[in-house]
Amino acid sequence: MTAKLKADGVFKVYGTQPEEALRLARQGVHPKDVLSRTGQVVAVCDVSFEVGEAEIFTIMGLSGSGKSTLVRCLNRLMEPSAGSIQIDGEQLLQKGPAELRQVRRTKIAMVFQNFALLPHKTVVANVEFGLQLRGEPRQQRRETALRALEQVGLSDWANRYPDNLSGGMKQRVGLARALANDPDILLMDEPFSALDPLIRADLQEALLKLQREIKKTIVFITHDFHEAVKLSDRIAVMRDGRFVQVGTPHDIVLRPVDDYVENFARELDRSKLLCAGDVSPMRVPLIRADAVRADALRQLLMANKPHAVVVGPDGKPLGFMRGQELEQARDATAMSDLPRRAVASAFASSALIDLYRACEGQAPVAIVNDAGQAVGAVDAGDVLLHLSDHARRSPDGPSMQHGPEMLEAAQ
Amino acid sequence: MMERVPREYLLRVDRLIQGAVDFLVNEWRPAFQAMRYPIGRMLDGVSGVLEAMPFWVVVVLFALAGWRMAGWRHGLFCAVSFALIAFMGLWDEAMTSLAILVTAVSFCIVIGVPLGIVAGRSDRFWSLLQPLLDVMQTTPSFVYLVPVVMLFGIGTVPGVIATIIFAMPPIIRLTNHGLRQVPADTLEAGEAFGATEWQSLVNIRLPLALPSIMVGLNQTLLMALVMSVVIAMIGAEGLGLTVLRGIGALDVGLAGIGGLAIVLLAISLDRITQGFVRLTTPSGQRSRFKSMITRFRTEGAPAQ
Ligand SMILES: Nc1ncnc2c1ncn2[C@@H]1O[C@H](COP(=O)(O)OP(=O)(O)O)[C@@H](O)[C@H]1O
Ligand SMILES: [Mg+2]
Repeated sequence: MTAKLKADGVFKVYGTQPEEALRLARQGVHPKDVLSRTGQVVAVCDVSFEVGEAEIFTIMGLSGSGKSTLVRCLNRLMEPSAGSIQIDGEQLLQKGPAELRQVRRTKIAMVFQNFALLPHKTVVANVEFGLQLRGEPRQQRRETALRALEQVGLSDWANRYPDNLSGGMKQRVGLARALANDPDILLMDEPFSALDPLIRADLQEALLKLQREIKKTIVFITHDFHEAVKLSDRIAVMRDGRFVQVGTPHDIVLRPVDDYVENFARELDRSKLLCAGDVSPMRVPLIRADAVRADALRQLLMANKPHAVVVGPDGKPLGFMRGQELEQARDATAMSDLPRRAVASAFASSALIDLYRACEGQAPVAIVNDAGQAVGAVDAGDVLLHLSDHARRSPDGPSMQHGPEMLEAAQ
Repeated sequence: MMERVPREYLLRVDRLIQGAVDFLVNEWRPAFQAMRYPIGRMLDGVSGVLEAMPFWVVVVLFALAGWRMAGWRHGLFCAVSFALIAFMGLWDEAMTSLAILVTAVSFCIVIGVPLGIVAGRSDRFWSLLQPLLDVMQTTPSFVYLVPVVMLFGIGTVPGVIATIIFAMPPIIRLTNHGLRQVPADTLEAGEAFGATEWQSLVNIRLPLALPSIMVGLNQTLLMALVMSVVIAMIGAEGLGLTVLRGIGALDVGLAGIGGLAIVLLAISLDRITQGFVRLTTPSGQRSRFKSMITRFRTEGAPAQ
């Protein structure tokens, strides 16, 4: 992965004497303590990350955690107090005003929480704004703007004024304005936070769909974990100016580093997000068809399971057998001679909830890879244990099964 | 008898002022005479045009302006008002007053808007300018006449100069105010898309401040109307002079029609310039600027 955008040790201190605050922050003093000792706000504290080409990188955290400040450091709407920022390997902080403007006009565009449209310009003129600033000829910029409006589905509204538009439409205009510039990087500071849940979901879909075509590098800011999970390739969880965890949505949900991160993860309906491959441990043993009876019995005993999945020499599941039958069989019996029952199989990526349904009755399910080889096997007990682990962590767990859509639809 | 400050202890502020004005008049006369020139030229030009037009053309033009800016009722009002002025025999005086207004307000715009822009961009400059504007707005109109006469003499052109100075504060204030209330995120958007300072001024700050500037224009125009009457005292022509003559000769009728003509002119122009405010305000925010006009009228200039 080549880094499109790279931030290294970025600090931002608000206040009149940043030096002392910076020194303390560098020594590892917590921003809260720096504030009480020096009165300076360390809004961003030693943040480093890379964002790859065509990646959606989300910075998520509660309000006041420094997300807006950080994203504004990336195009220098805020001047970082320390650190370095590179775009395509070029240092951003060393650039003079004219060079910086050039970067903003061509490489990096921004979408704002409150849309920040110009009320005195028509929708299409708003979309043209960036092109106008960089001096493109009228005809050409109109064409580009109309194309961008088409991308966001607002062609019919080109000649209206922003005041005639709903919030969701305004943000589509905001997005079109950013796209018209054809930047490599899109910075989006809580772009959907001001919208109703249903409209928000709409725009999230629209963004994902668009991203499949345009493949921009996107730095997305949100305080909504659902949104982060839905949109992101990777999520950085931010707290008090620092990144506490960076990883795929999966990592964050399954392996939260602390309670702060886990609290976000808890909001999620786990069984929706989690998939078969995540159940751990997978305790149903896999037994090779050519294994001897004694070995097979030992495996069953250790796993404390009443059944096992039998796999062929090529690794593919052949069926399952019951421990009882194995015990009753004669000593020299080959696995292949025992009665075998058909076994269901699921991919590691299948949703956990679907897997649970497949585990009807007492039958185990083999988890297979793309080649059809078994990588493990689970039964209802395993899945339930996994889900109950979730339920234990969040008391209202089961009710969450209804999922966010229902909640939103109810509003 | 009450005690008074003994004569020898009196502060001779009057002499101080006298000295300062003498100094200015003696040393700076060419500068002050030069200032008369552009104002005089413009006044002559505007008067020339207005006088060259048949009265009914002007009536029709104002009817159209009134209709476009404030609806057909006001268009009708403008037509009747101007026709009435013509038939009361005050046409030339009214056109002179109009020329004075147009000239004074034009100079207020040309000087006041840039000052307001600088004030809106610089807290330091605004903190220097604000007390001066406060003093200017609390000074009674005729107090301006004395220094103006000393420096510029008497007549219509010095009258216009007094009018310009008197009517300037609102447009400066409201330009400043308009620039300062441009939403920060809109400005940020400009910056994020690579706008230069100038581009941001022309594309964002000024257009968004325009409704406020138009409120300032409306206020400046009304103050200029007041002053255009007062300057009759230093020999300026126009409707003010008609009123003054009427009062001087105890001719209530003459003073009355002069006053009536002024009121009709004022209402016509006021409503038309309020139309500018509406026209420059984005549709979603109309009520806000409507309330701004009313607030300004009841409380004076918005504090900032
Ligand atoms: N201009 C500023 N001056 C001083 N402190 C600020 C300023 N802007 C933000 N802060 C502080 O910096 C911290 C981070 O703010 P912000 O970046 O807006 O967080 P977020 O976008 O995550 O809500 C907050 O504690 C906030 O109070
Ligand atoms: Mg924020």
